[in-house]
Amino acid sequence: MSIASSSPPTSRGDGRLAAVFLAPALLGFLVFLLWPTLRGVYLSFTRFNLLTPAEWVGLDNYVRMVNDPIFWDSLQVTVAYVVINIGVQTVAALAIAVLLQRLTQSAVLRGIVLTPYLMSNVVAGIVWLWILDTQLGVGNEIVTALGADRIPFLADETWSIPTIALINVWRHVGYTALLLFAGLQAIPQHLYEAAKVDGAGEWRMFWRITLPLLRPVLAVVLIMTVIGSFQVFDTVAVTTMGGPANATNVLQYYIYGSAFGRFQFGYASAMSVALLIVLTAITVLQYRLTRAGRTDLG
Amino acid sequence: MRIRTVFASLASAVALSLVTGCAQGGSAGSSGNTVTYWLWDANQLPAYEACAKDFERRNPGLNVEITQMGWDDYWTKLTASFIAGTEPDVFTDHIQKFGQFADLDVLEPLDDLGIEESDYQPGLAANWVGQDGHRYGAPKDWDTVAFFYNKKMADDAGLTAEELNDLSWNPQDGGTFEKAVARLTVDKNGKRGDEPGFDKNNVKVYGLATGGAGDGDGQTQWSPFTASAGWSYTDEQRWGTKYQYDSETFQSVVDWYFGLAKKGYLAPFADYSNNGNPANAQVASGKAAAAFDGAWMISTYYGAKGLEVGTAVTPQGPTGKRATMMNGLADSVSKNARNKTGAKKWVRYLASDACQRIVGRYGIVFPATPDGTEAAVAAYRKKGIDVTAFTEPVTDKERFTTFSFPITDYAADVLALMRPAMQDIYANDAPVSGLNQTNSQINLILGQ
Repeated sequence: MSIASSSPPTSRGDGRLAAVFLAPALLGFLVFLLWPTLRGVYLSFTRFNLLTPAEWVGLDNYVRMVNDPIFWDSLQVTVAYVVINIGVQTVAALAIAVLLQRLTQSAVLRGIVLTPYLMSNVVAGIVWLWILDTQLGVGNEIVTALGADRIPFLADETWSIPTIALINVWRHVGYTALLLFAGLQAIPQHLYEAAKVDGAGEWRMFWRITLPLLRPVLAVVLIMTVIGSFQVFDTVAVTTMGGPANATNVLQYYIYGSAFGRFQFGYASAMSVALLIVLTAITVLQYRLTRAGRTDLG
Repeated sequence: MRIRTVFASLASAVALSLVTGCAQGGSAGSSGNTVTYWLWDANQLPAYEACAKDFERRNPGLNVEITQMGWDDYWTKLTASFIAGTEPDVFTDHIQKFGQFADLDVLEPLDDLGIEESDYQPGLAANWVGQDGHRYGAPKDWDTVAFFYNKKMADDAGLTAEELNDLSWNPQDGGTFEKAVARLTVDKNGKRGDEPGFDKNNVKVYGLATGGAGDGDGQTQWSPFTASAGWSYTDEQRWGTKYQYDSETFQSVVDWYFGLAKKGYLAPFADYSNNGNPANAQVASGKAAAAFDGAWMISTYYGAKGLEVGTAVTPQGPTGKRATMMNGLADSVSKNARNKTGAKKWVRYLASDACQRIVGRYGIVFPATPDGTEAAVAAYRKKGIDVTAFTEPVTDKERFTTFSFPITDYAADVLALMRPAMQDIYANDAPVSGLNQTNSQINLILGQ
């Protein structure tokens, strides 16, 4: 606070300098984000196969989307995935972050927590596919050694979405934990000391101090991870390819298949716009509900 | 001033890196005396490198640049390259993609190459003529499907090579084929599938490996059966406008075929994984005794360590014939090829006996010309592999019927609808009658 108020009023030269510093990011934003988004919205009103000129068809693609049972099914599958993925991941990440903060100072441990995140999604997907293979996977060898029947983790309609969700939890939980851990560091230590003096236990301190003061960070982390989660694609593409029988046909995979498999870029764009709207709505809602912009500190 | 120059140079640096980045990303195009050529099968790369050397010797000044990449990347990259204008001059083409590429108008007509149907194994050249009557592909090779089995397991089951090579089936009781597959199946307690007390829920070795649900073609899954029952994919041999997945014959055969899984003879859908556990891995690991698979897999099966493998022809069906798909690849020239003259020369050479004999000698694939095929058969024989089960269907039209992949428009849409539909039947036990609806959706798309 004191730093901001003591700085001199903005001088005239700063505008240009700011422009220089902003230019690379702005260029990237215009070229890689704004323009493709606008073009995507335009394409959603056309019939377009990439190689011949786009043809304006008005709302046809949206009408088709509303009447497409596979689209709705796909949206449902995606939501199921997000619920499992984000639910498990957030709880696990929070637990890891609190343990890291309250129990250890070890940088090595923090590093280890992050390791799965260093692996590419495709590699992680393939390795888990092999581990969880119904017949040959070492994971299923363990399952049978424990006396249970083999589990078709990635080949059964009930198992496949939870399995993919958990594979991605495994990959992202460390990263999420680290973000939350950074948030925890910002909570003043004296609050815990005061609570201890008053005789509060760890459990009580977690609910009364940690969680309320972590809320803004937790909210931002949730918004980011939910958006990322809705866009799940690579794990599905390498493990189940949408199967069995569309059980894992998540929205991004359906969009990809429509665009690059069936050359229906217009329809794929319409579904992408729908995804964009859904994500925007969810983000605004989350932001409002969690009051992510405000902190309870000080 | 200084700031402005910094800004300008920054912007141009970014722009430059964008441009060069793009150029590096897709530098597949060629010019002048280079002909670029793409293929996906790594096993075939050495053979085509040998062809390229021979071609360059015959055509001084021309040189061929070959790029090989895996099947999935291949099609993604090829599509992207057509859009970006960095497509190869010549590429290996698959019949299931042909219709789509013809629609997109990215293929160069090859009518002036003088490709004669009679120079190749029957049916191969004719498949590559589009609906407009122009030729878009020059025949390259062919493959058929046969029954691979673990010799030791067959011996243990008391099944001789002669018996396995003379099986028959029908959709009612499965015939001697189902009996043999049941016999090859062993449960946890050592009981065979045809013995009383067989536990179908605890199978140790499946008689038949799973190759998945087979999408809309069932090439190495159900197609030997549907075809030997007299069914065909579409109303016309080529460029039909109606698919026939709603046929009673088709549905009864599919019902019987996936029914083998319910009896415990065919490995369940859950055991299949394209990237992790394909049919050949199930046989190699001893989890399955046999599998239907294509000629392109011969070296893989025979190369599996500790596995002694035998092959047999597909079983005789209700029509009295044995059936296998006979698929052939071709080489196509891009419409916007930079070196069209060179590209056409290269394709003409690839389709000639000279190149196909060279490819044949590597013993990895059956070239499309009879001479090339003969060279391949000899090469396999040298390696101690008898490929009669794959060649007989082509030479013996009395006992065999061969058929092609369905060749229609909208192949990608058919795939997108049929893949989940067939998986639903196999994995989730959905009724085959559900295919009626899928079929009418498909025919609706084809009719638009």
